[in-house]
Amino acid sequence: MSPAQVEIQLIAAITAAACALPGVFLILRRMAMMSDAISHTVLLGIVVGFFITKDLTSPYLVLGAALTGVLTVSLVELVHRTRLVREDAAVGLVFPALFSIAVLLISRYAGDVHLDTDAVLLGELAFAPFNRFAPFGSDIGPIALYLMGGILLINLFFISLFYKELKLATFDAGLAASLGFAPWLIHYGLMALVSITAVGAFDTVGSVLVVALMVAPPMSAYLLTDRLSRMIALSVAIGVVNAILGYWLAHLLDASIAGSMASMAGITFGVIYLLAPERGLVALARRRARQRWEFAMTMLAIHLFNHEGLPEASQENREEHLSQEVRWAPDFAARVVSRTVEQGWVQRQEGSLNLTELGRQRAKQAIAG
Amino acid sequence: MPDNPYAIEATDLTVAYQEKPVLWDVDLRVPPATLMAIVGPNGAGKTTLIKAILGLIRPAAGQVLIYNKPYAEQRRLVGYVPQRGSVDWDFPTNVLDVVMMGRYRSLGWLRRPGSRERALALEALEKVGMAPFADRQISQLSGGQQQRVFLARALVQDAQIYFMDEPFQGVDATTERAIVALLHALRQAGKTVVVVHHDLQTVPEYFDWVTLLNVRRIASGPVAEVFTEQNLRLAYGGRIAFLSRSPHADAEEPPTPDLPMPSPTRREEPYGYPESAA
Repeated sequence: MSPAQVEIQLIAAITAAACALPGVFLILRRMAMMSDAISHTVLLGIVVGFFITKDLTSPYLVLGAALTGVLTVSLVELVHRTRLVREDAAVGLVFPALFSIAVLLISRYAGDVHLDTDAVLLGELAFAPFNRFAPFGSDIGPIALYLMGGILLINLFFISLFYKELKLATFDAGLAASLGFAPWLIHYGLMALVSITAVGAFDTVGSVLVVALMVAPPMSAYLLTDRLSRMIALSVAIGVVNAILGYWLAHLLDASIAGSMASMAGITFGVIYLLAPERGLVALARRRARQRWEFAMTMLAIHLFNHEGLPEASQENREEHLSQEVRWAPDFAARVVSRTVEQGWVQRQEGSLNLTELGRQRAKQAIAG
Repeated sequence: MPDNPYAIEATDLTVAYQEKPVLWDVDLRVPPATLMAIVGPNGAGKTTLIKAILGLIRPAAGQVLIYNKPYAEQRRLVGYVPQRGSVDWDFPTNVLDVVMMGRYRSLGWLRRPGSRERALALEALEKVGMAPFADRQISQLSGGQQQRVFLARALVQDAQIYFMDEPFQGVDATTERAIVALLHALRQAGKTVVVVHHDLQTVPEYFDWVTLLNVRRIASGPVAEVFTEQNLRLAYGGRIAFLSRSPHADAEEPPTPDLPMPSPTRREEPYGYPESAA
């Protein structure tokens, strides 16, 4: 690997980790699509910041972006609070409004600057190593690495410092307020983190694909664990793995790195969605099938139990009878019977079915509820 | 405090959404060590009243005193049990963790819960009969178990006054008994508990004070004095299908024969009256 390749992978991994951290809380607050809105509207903050400072690398751009993110969320809430507009529609109104102002400003006044729309939407990670950070004349690496590294540290710092408060305000904002924890402050703080993360990720993955990095890894982690702390750690790990796999996929296909990273995030989510041990689709289908068998077996045991010892038992408690009376398909009835025999609930005696002591217990338990 | 013997004193509390009043000039005085039910039809503003007292909704007018001081100064004396449905039970956390959240106020900002908080949370879970579920993921709990977790979380707050929003809503009989026992234990310990309640029939059995609410305050005071048929009619309008035949109500006013009386078998119904859609 060339140094540039290592640098690109490092930047990609750090970006993914930085996005996954606030992404966890977006998911849990059911605000996943707010990341889409914010990642676009921060452009307005950058443009306005650029007009004021005339410098595309000024740290004030990040501040401007954070403010626009917070502004986006406040405007959405303001429009929503009138009760004339639903929340999703409010997002759909506010975000294009702010974004279009930014696009107009760029096309009118900043046509000659690096702020072009393609770069904004898609980013270009491959060029990141060309912008070097050389504070005292000595080259110590690409600027993007330091920018994203700084944002990752800010996210880590705030989320670990206010972990308890974030958890409380996310789970139960009412309790947080009644305990005096100002959930609105935590809310806007989180939105500010999302905003600066989106700005940092602009250069590397662009404003569209940053959403994939904020939503897919935390959502994958959500399906894998029951603990918030583990969900955060897993999100970061999944994000980093996606970034590196994405880089090599791009290398293989000679395609966009950002696109490959987002694809990997999607593929990873798809695999986990199918195969997650407890909540995946396969596990759910298996559990349902097992419940269906258990239900049928219990039903058979209760049927036999109810007719046991009665004169009609010789009629009722036969395998053929099940498909006629209980309306099971003959092969299904046969499989249920052989399963109950395997489990030792039922014994076959000359075509009639008799409960064992175990089967009788099961029937009684089921009836008792 | 001899000049003001009340645990909760709300005056002229008015809340409006847009121009529609939800609470009109409500006065409320609750003495310490009282179990008080707030009853009233849907849309009467029961939850709003609690939220306004707790400062979760900004009232258009009125003030709230807790032990004679403004609520803001007395916040730590007040515990809140929101409606079960107000949170996402798929949140990735376990029972013990949720209960420990009740300790967050005394921890303040930044400090993390430690072994002391764990011990207190376990103790509270023990009191509501949920200790064996401490490590259980919260999404695996039944409705009644969720409610008991919420109660345990309120207990660890170690408040003087509790506000509970429909703790009996949709819970099983075991949980209902556990909650009643807990309410009595709290009163025994000198705590005041205000409960938004739906089942009129259990009011005289579970509570000693009651507030009848329908946007404005209809009546508030000891159950024996104010839980009368006349007041219930005022609060519920013509929508009462049947009323609780409580000894208190009888003492105040003999039941009129044209009101069908509840049969004892109706006790398992969650509500004492038919609800119109909110």
